[in-house]
Amino acid sequence: MTEPTSGAPSAAGSGHDRLRATIGHLVDTYRARPGPLLPILHGVQHSEGHIPDAAIGLIAEALTLTRAEVHGVVSFYPDFHTTPGGQHRLQICRAEACQAQDGRALEQAARDLLQVDWHQTTADGRFTLEPVYCLGNCATGPSVRLDDTVHGRVSAASLQALIERAQHEPVNIQGLLAVSREVDHG
Amino acid sequence: MAEVHTVYVPRDTTACSLGAEAIAQQLGRHLAMHSPDCRLVRNGSRGAFWLEPLLEVETEQGRLAYGPVTPEQLPDLLAAGLLAGTTEHPLYLGPVDDIPWLRRQQRLTFARAGVTDPLSIEDYRTHGGFVGLKKALSMTPQALVDEVKASGLRGRGGAAFPAGIKWQTVLDAPADNPGNPQSGRKFIVCNADEGDSGTFADRLVMEADPYMLIEGMIIAGLAVGADYGFIYLRSEYPLAHQVLQEAITRAEQAGWLGADMQGSGRDFQLEVRLGAGAYICGEETSLLDSLEGKRGMVRAKPPLPALKGAFGQPTVVNNVLTLAAVPWIIDQGGQAYANHGQGRSLGTMPFQLAGNIERGGLVELAFGPTLRELVEDFGGGTRSGRPMQAIQVGGPLGAYLPAAQWDTSLDYEAFAEAGAVLGHGGVVVFDDTVDMAQQARFAMEFCMVESCGKCTPCRIGSVRGVEVIDRIIADDNRAAQLDLLAELCDTMEFGSLCAMGGMTPNPVRSAVEHFPDAFGVTPESSAGAA
Ligand SMILES: Cc1cc2nc3c(=O)[nH]c(=O)nc-3n(C[C@H](O)[C@H](O)[C@H](O)COP(=O)(O)O)c2cc1C
Ligand code: SF4
Ligand code: FES
Repeated sequence: MTEPTSGAPSAAGSGHDRLRATIGHLVDTYRARPGPLLPILHGVQHSEGHIPDAAIGLIAEALTLTRAEVHGVVSFYPDFHTTPGGQHRLQICRAEACQAQDGRALEQAARDLLQVDWHQTTADGRFTLEPVYCLGNCATGPSVRLDDTVHGRVSAASLQALIERAQHEPVNIQGLLAVSREVDHG
Repeated sequence: MAEVHTVYVPRDTTACSLGAEAIAQQLGRHLAMHSPDCRLVRNGSRGAFWLEPLLEVETEQGRLAYGPVTPEQLPDLLAAGLLAGTTEHPLYLGPVDDIPWLRRQQRLTFARAGVTDPLSIEDYRTHGGFVGLKKALSMTPQALVDEVKASGLRGRGGAAFPAGIKWQTVLDAPADNPGNPQSGRKFIVCNADEGDSGTFADRLVMEADPYMLIEGMIIAGLAVGADYGFIYLRSEYPLAHQVLQEAITRAEQAGWLGADMQGSGRDFQLEVRLGAGAYICGEETSLLDSLEGKRGMVRAKPPLPALKGAFGQPTVVNNVLTLAAVPWIIDQGGQAYANHGQGRSLGTMPFQLAGNIERGGLVELAFGPTLRELVEDFGGGTRSGRPMQAIQVGGPLGAYLPAAQWDTSLDYEAFAEAGAVLGHGGVVVFDDTVDMAQQARFAMEFCMVESCGKCTPCRIGSVRGVEVIDRIIADDNRAAQLDLLAELCDTMEFGSLCAMGGMTPNPVRSAVEHFPDAFGVTPESSAGAA
């Protein structure tokens, strides 16, 4: 692999400082715990949307690992990406219980709707399409996950509606739930 | 009828995947305007996924159930008197405890699921939570291990190894390890990687009753002398992650975790670690490497993780369900647990009905009924209404069982005898439209995608397997390719380090053997090949 040559040095410079700060913070948070590499990588992936090449060197330095070691770990796990993805991540379950519910047709519908293949990002940068092997939603498949929200009994039509809604909505990184509402006790 | 004071809307992944979140929000707004005295509780889920979203209201007659409710149906249900416990609406199901699908289960581990607010420690304690731990704090480590041995509990992650024996090994293992920064320590690692398709019982524990898992892990720590635990959770479970994090924080604040638990002088810390999308990291040694921040490569055994596990120290690695069974066992006694089940398959098993099934969800039963009873009496056959063709039990490495094998009794030994595995209890039903040759192909493809790459039969064999099955399907020299496939399966079975490569032949061979038509094998052609 060749070293990337940056097209926009000044922007890259400030971006690099920010990345350095992000990683510094993550390292401080996790260094005291045994085996901190995966939590740190998750942190970078979460804040940057991918693991930039520069991050690998910074992490290696902070944890006294080699770049090759960190890179080896990054490349092993499907969750970690070394290039930016789309704004939304759409995962379609390809596993058996969803296949039993006509999941293969849904896989095809997703590729047709987004006009991309697995692991690709749509031309407008909105969606990255990924396969996933089970979301634990197997009694009510076929299932998909859009960012952090799982949807069950998805049809080609409901998938299209989901995609259209996401296109007009701000990016949902939360997916958190309303918790119990305690009327009497605040 | 009187106004109800509590209404329940489940918050587990499946309920939410079918609209429970939108229902909770709509209902919350309605309550704020019209019934300010009514509480909205986000319970877990009872695991009756075919009825989700399953709403419940608390009345003098007990909790009444309505389902499956869509967000669109909610206004009508409210107008019909949901908040007065109407019995007149078509979605009314009767008292939830009388629903036969739930009533006929034997719920030991999942007794609280869907009943309580998963994050409420008060609810947990009201329903028997932390009783086992209280008891455990006054028992010796050996007494705890003995109780687990007496229960007959076997690992629920797949390999069914006796939990008590594993714990004994860790209890007896010396933790001194000069030069290792973790010397002196032992660890409890909960395997929450739940990668098998068709399984969701671990998820339901974590989302519906997380303190039970926490309690089980603390007891395991007391039993073997470990003061630190990890829950290795797959990243495909964002909701379980959120619930676990919150539960751990609350348990710490309430003094059930951390230093000097409940004034006992004992410590236990717990941390959730997220996996990163690799199925193989469910295999315990690969999991440990991943936990240590490495590529998730399978390690050769020995050394056993019990002796040299996480960070080189003695470690209990147990599945979520194994650990979740422990509080009940310590509370009620090992013998009480062993009174369920048969032979060497003791206690209860949370079976998971999935795929093309009319009434899918979690069915906890003592070992013993037949597969047919499970999929017909509980499952109600296929959702499509077509005949069942095959049932895959035990995840992607489990065999496809044809009708002739559905009378097999659901216990470890009976399944082994039938050349099948119970694994983690996933039961996936396929109807007669499914092409079994494609299912066999997928088994090879899955192995190809998920192999850790350490051994050739698994890494390369799976790639070849896909190619060979494609040629069989295309009728390209079919008889010879079928022989090749059989050889390939043998090579994978005997030449693989772990069950990923070693058991991928299960679904492949069973598909070929029991569904020959799908591979274009006629009685005449198979007579020649045999
Ligand atoms: C390929 C492969 C995947 C596995 N995946 C899981 C899993 O997701 N969850 C699990 O608990 N065990 C899984 N196991 C089994 C573990 O290796 C191990 O037996 C288990 O965690 C031990 O806990 P138990 O005795 O409580 O079952 C897997 C094994 C293999 C070979
Ligand atoms: S059988 Fe496959 S997954 Fe298991 S160790 Fe070998 S290469 Fe890795
Ligand atoms: S198989 Fe698709 S969610 Fe489990």
